[in-house]
Amino acid sequence: MNTASLRVVAAGPLVTFQDRGRLGHLRHGIPASGPMDRTAHAIANVVLGNPAGATTVEVSRAGASFECVGSSMTVAVVGGRFRTAVNGAAIGPNIVVTLVPGDQLAVASGPSGSWAYLAVAGELAIPRWLGHTATHSLSGLGGGHVTAGLDVGVAAARADPLLDGPVAIFPGNSLIDGVVRVVLGPQDHRFTAEALQHFVTVPFALTEEFDRMGVRLDGPHLDLDAALSIPSEPIVRGSVQVAGDGVATVLLADHQTTGGYPKIATVVGADLDAFCQLRPGDSVRFVPVTPAEAITRVRTHAAASEKFFNDELLRTRQLARRLAETDLIGDVGAG
Amino acid sequence: MNRFAPVGDSALLIELASEFTEQANRQVIALDQAINRAIDERRVVGIVETVPAYVSVLVVFDPLVTDHDVVRAAINLLDTTSAAVGEPSRHHVAVCYDLGVAPDLEAVAVYSGLSPDGVVEAHLSGSYRVVMYGFAPGYAYLSGVPDPINVPRKQQPVRGVPAGSVIIAGGQCLITTIEMPTGWSVIGRTHFRVLPDQSDEPFAFRPGDEIVFDRITLDEYKATT
Repeated sequence: MNTASLRVVAAGPLVTFQDRGRLGHLRHGIPASGPMDRTAHAIANVVLGNPAGATTVEVSRAGASFECVGSSMTVAVVGGRFRTAVNGAAIGPNIVVTLVPGDQLAVASGPSGSWAYLAVAGELAIPRWLGHTATHSLSGLGGGHVTAGLDVGVAAARADPLLDGPVAIFPGNSLIDGVVRVVLGPQDHRFTAEALQHFVTVPFALTEEFDRMGVRLDGPHLDLDAALSIPSEPIVRGSVQVAGDGVATVLLADHQTTGGYPKIATVVGADLDAFCQLRPGDSVRFVPVTPAEAITRVRTHAAASEKFFNDELLRTRQLARRLAETDLIGDVGAG
Repeated sequence: MNRFAPVGDSALLIELASEFTEQANRQVIALDQAINRAIDERRVVGIVETVPAYVSVLVVFDPLVTDHDVVRAAINLLDTTSAAVGEPSRHHVAVCYDLGVAPDLEAVAVYSGLSPDGVVEAHLSGSYRVVMYGFAPGYAYLSGVPDPINVPRKQQPVRGVPAGSVIIAGGQCLITTIEMPTGWSVIGRTHFRVLPDQSDEPFAFRPGDEIVFDRITLDEYKATT
């Protein structure tokens, strides 16, 4: 029997293995890591019949390409609008495709989006750290960086060509007119009235200083009311931290867990996936909501998301049943 | 009086003081333990994790289950004064202070008006306490650096400082766990591992634990791993 694997032909910087994330270790200095776009990561898994939190390859705008080795396998590429091609032929973004041994899959930056997720029907054989493959990009702890030459084993690889085709994208994640909801604080009271006014009225653009740890913003300088040094405090994914130079940074999946700079606001979790898919130069407006409104937003988003995933799961199961009734596996497996 | 501040849609920051003192940090650790005991005994629901820091505790919750007000009310009901803070452990950490692995020892000596050996003696004499983990994986911040070697951060971070470096700045000390740039002064090197390797090993320290540094020679350092 052939051993299935995915050989990494090429990979740019910031291409990593990610499962859903390593929760519960903030108290040890360890952020959850996991996918920058958690929804896209889950969709890539679910459309293949994998558990939603399973390991995928997170592809950055630097792109990556792979070769299918050993046996056929169905894969999904979901996330930003990346240029995806098999053996040089474009197959469009957000797609499921079945590869046969020797096929080359290329995932490269396209018209929009910053991250795409490559999931494989089966299980990527990746080492875990503290129970998870999620990679902390700064240290490489976890599954690690995806680099050229790596041969990634695929356990229980499946080829389900009936799944091939475009993938539905969760509509609840788009940012309308670039509006990003935030809850002000916990240190908004440290800023001047003018800085607070600017923060919620003037657009901010993402800069090129954008990685898994966070993104620096280009916008008005946000001045503190008085020079201060606060003892280092815990940080969360979505914290908007303002350094001594008055420049705001939004901290993301691999954020430092504590910091002494004041945090003017925190991005609402339901808007973070879409925020992460923005690109340098894209601009956003921060709109404050109350903590109660933020909770309502998260609950509404979660309900819509759950319905979307249930529908997708149902579709995938129906296809799997049809697949079981036919004999396509034998035909493709022989490829 | 504790200050509660909402942090986004799924966390609450409880500030116990505005400036670091050992006393404020002991209160942080007592509150953190009281919250986790309440979680274990199912007296509160929906709290996902807590993060004790210098003078504050972050409480992360599941917004589908609870909210800021409910969590705040539950925490206000906790009795932290009678909470028996778990007995701190004491850990010995063997450090090599040889200049070959302590690139900033001489600069710290110049700053503090001591000899390099005087800096080492001062460092060995400190009473170190784990205040919190923060910043990066397994970075345990230790208070208790003696005043004579209370050096400020450098103007510019230095790249490529290896894991296992013993670094000091601003009256704090820590053992690095990964190679990273730092503006702190590197005064020694250790094989001591704070981070668990794989599996379900525990982290070496808990906040509140005491640390004792022991000097080893370069040969002893090289003879061990």
